[in-house]
Amino acid sequence: MTYKLNQAASGFEKFLMRGNQAVGEGAIRAGCRYFFGYPITPQNELFEYMAKRLPEVGGTFLQSESELAGINMVFGAAAGGGQCMSSSSGPGFTLMGEGLTALAAAQLPAVIVCVSRAGPGLGRIASSQADYRLATRGGGHGDYQCLVFGPGSAQELYELTFKAFDLADDYRNPVIILSDAILGQMMEPVTIDSLPEKKAPEKEWAVKGKGDNPRKVIKVAPHTDDELISWNRHLKAKYEGMKAKEQRFESLYTDGASTVVVAFGSTSRIALDALMRAREEGKPVGLFRPISLWPFPEIALKALLEQGVENLIVVEANNGQMIEDVRLSAGSDAKVIHYGVGGGHIFSPDEVYREILRFV
Amino acid sequence: MKDFKIVYQKPDAMTDIPFPYCPGCSHGIIHRLIAEVMDELDIAPKTIGITSAGCSVRNWRQFDIDMVMSMHGRGPAVATGLKRARPEAVVFTYQGDGDMAAIGTGEVIHAASRCERITVIYVNNGVFGATGGQQAPTTLIGQATTSYPHGRDPDVSGYPLKMAELLSMVAPDSYISRTSIHTVKHIMLTKKAIREAFLVQIQDQGFGLVEVLAACPTNWRLDSASCMEKIESEIIPHFPLQTFSSPKKED
Repeated sequence: MTYKLNQAASGFEKFLMRGNQAVGEGAIRAGCRYFFGYPITPQNELFEYMAKRLPEVGGTFLQSESELAGINMVFGAAAGGGQCMSSSSGPGFTLMGEGLTALAAAQLPAVIVCVSRAGPGLGRIASSQADYRLATRGGGHGDYQCLVFGPGSAQELYELTFKAFDLADDYRNPVIILSDAILGQMMEPVTIDSLPEKKAPEKEWAVKGKGDNPRKVIKVAPHTDDELISWNRHLKAKYEGMKAKEQRFESLYTDGASTVVVAFGSTSRIALDALMRAREEGKPVGLFRPISLWPFPEIALKALLEQGVENLIVVEANNGQMIEDVRLSAGSDAKVIHYGVGGGHIFSPDEVYREILRFV
Repeated sequence: MKDFKIVYQKPDAMTDIPFPYCPGCSHGIIHRLIAEVMDELDIAPKTIGITSAGCSVRNWRQFDIDMVMSMHGRGPAVATGLKRARPEAVVFTYQGDGDMAAIGTGEVIHAASRCERITVIYVNNGVFGATGGQQAPTTLIGQATTSYPHGRDPDVSGYPLKMAELLSMVAPDSYISRTSIHTVKHIMLTKKAIREAFLVQIQDQGFGLVEVLAACPTNWRLDSASCMEKIESEIIPHFPLQTFSSPKKED
């Protein structure tokens, strides 16, 4: 259920919805009309939202026999020019690796959502950020790269999912939304009419039967060694373009800060509570929140160090995954500390506050 | 020369690119039959083919229609998504026995159970051809492969899978038939079955699948003529030629 809020004063339509539902509505708003997926907790509210909403807008919802089949259905619908999406959580997202590399190889646009739970193995449904590496480093074989966004609120899940469809089409590449159990389950107000209702664009490269035109072939394999090399060079150039243009982040209170907490998604919300308390006590602490996880916002992070930030505390709900990107961006001279553990531990603002105090 | 007239030529739905297959391979015959059916039903302009992995992975080069390559075994899932997005198109997958009966067993069973309006051309030659003749799910008991050089022993590597029989139990409204290409008569019957499998899709009646018993002379280590004899004497007794189900019920 979503609940409409009385917002006569603001003039905006606001709904109280779960993060998972906000993703679904963002997708519908962006023109998504095909959803293929398999039930898994904690993403089920998104799956069920699409099951309810897609028939209302003339779209197709199909429960696949596995995530492997689901992502390959996405592949087929995308090849036909459909605006499509799938979603899962860690164990199912692993199975999607094959489809993700195929989508990237064939340069097909699609939006894939991972609502992370705690692993490894089957793990449990408690929230974690343990799929950071899986999302940002691929998951499938071969040199390929997806755009990955890690929104931090229901509103941002809504807006970035919408934006993800545009970017998927612009780059002809899969885009991943990395959410987690906290964000997915948490209810927050979402302003729905902050975004226009879009129709899926006409995709001239899609297959629909050749008619009177030259035929088209959507390929996951090049035919010759020469084609293989030029194909990979093209992909590399595309990924470099994404890296240059799509770095997104939020910096809060970083001016004059000597210590900056680096956190994304749900953890950034907890970290912000903790560092506000430290700031009230006069401690010069700021927050750097990567929004694009690939490309990692390395330019902005580097700039913080040039401004005089001495410590970077990477708070993440895993054993240390995003810290690799922070270290790569910051360089070997920077002091980078990890705080976090995998396995479903949810931080309290208190413990993050105490960690901050160790450095300021 | 002007007194000559063309009495036989390649179908319009095929390109001019020569087949890449070994001498005696059945893929060429089956490709041609599909193209002839597309010509006769006049559906090539709206047909989209989906390739498998294996020897026929590059058959996008042979059919002069829109084509999509899929990952190994995922053809029926890709076809499902494509058909849902393009319901006006005619969609077929072309899959071998490794592709459809091993790694892609789940995808084809569930596509059949949903009665997806797609057509599957399933080529059963009892081996993994492209990778060098390993055991397929359809390899006969006693048949030697590079995985089991002393022959298939069901206690070790299982029994041959009868996909047509299995799939006909999944969805009674589907058209499911097994044919062969070992004689001219059987080639003609195969064409008839392929035509029917396309028609059930076009007429919105259900899922269509033709299992075609085929030869792999290279990996069977036999000449072409002996391959045809082997199909007749050894393979058909295990894989009977039959239409197992059809949406067109007798009254």
